[in-house]
Amino acid sequence: MALSKELREAVPAAEAVVSTNAGGEVLKIRAGAAFDAMTYLRNRTDEPFNQLMDLTCVDRVATDRIFEVVYQLRSLDTGRRLMVKASVAQDDPRIASVASIWKSANWGEREAYDMFGVCFEGHPDLRRILLYEEFEGHPLRKSYSYLKRQPLVEERDPIANPWPAKDLEPR
Amino acid sequence: MSLINSVPEMVLTSKVDAMLNWTRKSSLWYMLFGLACCAIEMMQTGGPRSDLDRFGMAPRATPRVSDLMIVAGTLTLKMALRTKVLYDQMPDPKYVVSMGSCSNCGGLFQLAYSVCDGVDKIIPVDVYVPGCPPRPEALTEGLILLQDKMMNEKWLTRSAPLTVA
Repeated sequence: MALSKELREAVPAAEAVVSTNAGGEVLKIRAGAAFDAMTYLRNRTDEPFNQLMDLTCVDRVATDRIFEVVYQLRSLDTGRRLMVKASVAQDDPRIASVASIWKSANWGEREAYDMFGVCFEGHPDLRRILLYEEFEGHPLRKSYSYLKRQPLVEERDPIANPWPAKDLEPR
Repeated sequence: MSLINSVPEMVLTSKVDAMLNWTRKSSLWYMLFGLACCAIEMMQTGGPRSDLDRFGMAPRATPRVSDLMIVAGTLTLKMALRTKVLYDQMPDPKYVVSMGSCSNCGGLFQLAYSVCDGVDKIIPVDVYVPGCPPRPEALTEGLILLQDKMMNEKWLTRSAPLTVA
């Protein structure tokens, strides 16, 4: 629990709470102070968390009305791992980008934006990374119907409306 | 066309058709269109053990010189647009083999938000090869089926004016 105390002294606005989950450390922070807290974690003197291994998001709208942005940090010096979670409101999901702290956050934030619609403020190039530009909505949100499709070309039902046979079609 | 139209159809054109079909089926150039794990099996089929070269098939990197498109793998909605464009760029006569469950019907991923469930919704398919992924033997069987289909086509007769028949 030393990390929680340390972070509370360095960045009091983050209101850090450390717990353990499945043997790993989980640090919950306020989204408003996420950038300061992450900067501190990156630049700690004795054990800096200088690698961002992953950046994802969790939809907790049904239970808590939030999206949870999850950062997986690792210290290259000691191998210590830390999971950092920050909650953003469902109706206005905004959080500061950490792409200026870890370069690996760039594409992770773009993916979280693509799939969940979380807006990372200060990101150098926040656009969709996997889906096409014409796509509307954010498919990994629980509110996105799993039956919804957004095809780019006209689709044909080949059973109800079969393709014409090649060797009978007039040229 | 005028020569063909001037002779009795049953004597000559069927044989020319057969010869043309034989030449066409013996030099099926396929476009490399590996989209997912089925592409690994397609490479195996082109490799030395089940050698596709013995059918006169050669992989091509461009649709403009290809006769056949082997759609190997999951077709996403983003890729469906490209698939349609590439199919339209292939010269006639052109054929499509749908390889594996994903391109047949969407397979395991057919309920995903980004997956087109079946390449036959976009372009006409001649042979469906089931499997996840199909073994090289299965793909070879599908290609032999396609060759049989090509041998039964009558392109010359079909393109002749209706009054001659």
